[in-house]
Amino acid sequence: MIATGSTQNAEALVRIVKGRSLGRDAWARLKKNRAAMAGIIALTLIALTAIFAPLLSAYRYDEINYDLVTCAPAWWPQGASCIAPGHIFGTDAVGRDLFVRTLYGARMSLAVGLVATLVSLLIGVVYGATAGYLGGRIDNLMMRLVDILYSLPFIFFVIILMVMFDRNLILLFVAIGAVEWLTMARIVRGQTISLKQKEFVEAARAAGVSSAGIVRRHIIPNAMGPVVVYVTLTVPGVILTESFLSFLGLGVQEPLTSWGTLISDGAAQMQTAPWTLVFPALFMAVTLFCFNFIGDGLRDALDPRDR
Amino acid sequence: MPFYVLRRLAGAIPTLFIIVTLTFFMMRLAPGGPFDSDRRLPPEIEANIKAAYNLDKPLITQYGLYLEKLAHGDLGPSFKNKDFTVAQLIGTGLPVSLKLGLSAMALALLIGTLLGSWAALRQNRWQDYSVMTLAMTGITIPTFVTAPLLTLIFGVYGVAIFGHEIFLPVSGWNGGAWRNLILPVTVLALPQIAVIARLMRGSMIEVLRANYIRTARAKGLPAWRILFGHALRAAALPLVSYLGPAIAGVLTGSLIVEQIFGLPGIGRYFVLAALDRDYTMVLGVVVVYATLIIVLNFLADILYAVLDPRVRLT
Repeated sequence: MIATGSTQNAEALVRIVKGRSLGRDAWARLKKNRAAMAGIIALTLIALTAIFAPLLSAYRYDEINYDLVTCAPAWWPQGASCIAPGHIFGTDAVGRDLFVRTLYGARMSLAVGLVATLVSLLIGVVYGATAGYLGGRIDNLMMRLVDILYSLPFIFFVIILMVMFDRNLILLFVAIGAVEWLTMARIVRGQTISLKQKEFVEAARAAGVSSAGIVRRHIIPNAMGPVVVYVTLTVPGVILTESFLSFLGLGVQEPLTSWGTLISDGAAQMQTAPWTLVFPALFMAVTLFCFNFIGDGLRDALDPRDR
Repeated sequence: MPFYVLRRLAGAIPTLFIIVTLTFFMMRLAPGGPFDSDRRLPPEIEANIKAAYNLDKPLITQYGLYLEKLAHGDLGPSFKNKDFTVAQLIGTGLPVSLKLGLSAMALALLIGTLLGSWAALRQNRWQDYSVMTLAMTGITIPTFVTAPLLTLIFGVYGVAIFGHEIFLPVSGWNGGAWRNLILPVTVLALPQIAVIARLMRGSMIEVLRANYIRTARAKGLPAWRILFGHALRAAALPLVSYLGPAIAGVLTGSLIVEQIFGLPGIGRYFVLAALDRDYTMVLGVVVVYATLIIVLNFLADILYAVLDPRVRLT
């Protein structure tokens, strides 16, 4: 009797303990973080409006209307020289609808953010995992290169690239991504070095798995925690870099637009038409806030030590 | 230590070499040249100009010639501003950029350290939360939004907000008068203040938990002596390793700030020169900036060793 009772207890214990995976634990912690959840919701909203932008506005993003040049929205409090009914964010210097342009700016900025981050993720993870796993002199050499690249004034190279090659969009994505991979590589390398001494890696090696297989199947998946956190913090950085370039007139070209371009245009005429600056700046700021909140929340959720 | 200094100086030369090589060939691979214009020049004149600037020689020879001149400290003539050498142009712009950047760094370090320490001392109270909210705002709002906003506040709506005229100039250098410096330096420093405050808060919280701080408290030392005599130095250490990225951030920001506030620094020259394909000018600015970054990073590392006796530079 006693023996079966304790077995039942043990089974019950196993049942209870089994229910919580690491990922689910982290998700539970993240759900409790109000700032991060608000960030996720707001970001989803912005992303959805950006994706469905053509359906949400009666105007096309490149529809010029010379009868409504830099007109305020109907609800604008201060007396403006002209009012554009139906344009809820007003119009720009050639009478284009600012609402739909802000959403198209969101499309461009988010796309750059995601693609460039993906590029940096790809390069950084492969490079860092290789260096960390191989170790020794190869690791030394590879990380020394990263150190050297760190001390380069990268933004100048990106500027030169953009000027020289005619503001090619794909190039813009790749160039920014190529700048951002360094920190990623360092993080992944650090993770790899601590992981490769773990028993399960040794077990895999004993079972005859190749080095590439170990890195791919065991090291990279386990190093993902800090990488995910860094990714959510890279996206806003990339968006900032792109808008920085666009502000200097080196980014996205007309009639396409991004938040940087819109803010640049808005800043030029903010004395007479502040709405052209306020809305794009607001959208961008909210988006960047969201990413930062989510990143901070993820860090707390995935790495409980570091609170 | 002397060995370390030598090694670092030796390491700087290949880094500079890589930078120069990359920039040189990147510029030359691109379409267009410094003497393209809407009006086509007669072929003889074009050939003459190209010969005068060695542009008719094979690329690799030009590269060799440039390196040789550079080794002698000669940055060459500017292709666009024909009466000036690159060194002269940089010579007029660099003091402006340096004054701007260094003032911003100093301001950021001072305010960031103070705000961060204050937040740490009042951890999880409203002071802490408001400082951290401010810091998050500073990180999130880019320079090219704060600059026009401050211009609006002080330049356009000054009377409406403060009730009387505000005399802060919103553009121009005016020989570096402090009034002209206030707005650009503030804009440039804001994001750095934010990051430094966050870093400082984190490390200060950790330091305040240390045993020697408890000892100091137990001895009955006043709070300000604990903070300034014991905690601050240890807590500020992580900041030193942030100096490198901070310097890069300020340099990048100065490209924007110099443009918005119309300051005659080298950041503004750089963008113009790149658009004009003024090869020597772009190379010159990159060389100067890279040297600056390398030297400042080096100083930061030395400073780290000086402040923290546990660090040995070998």
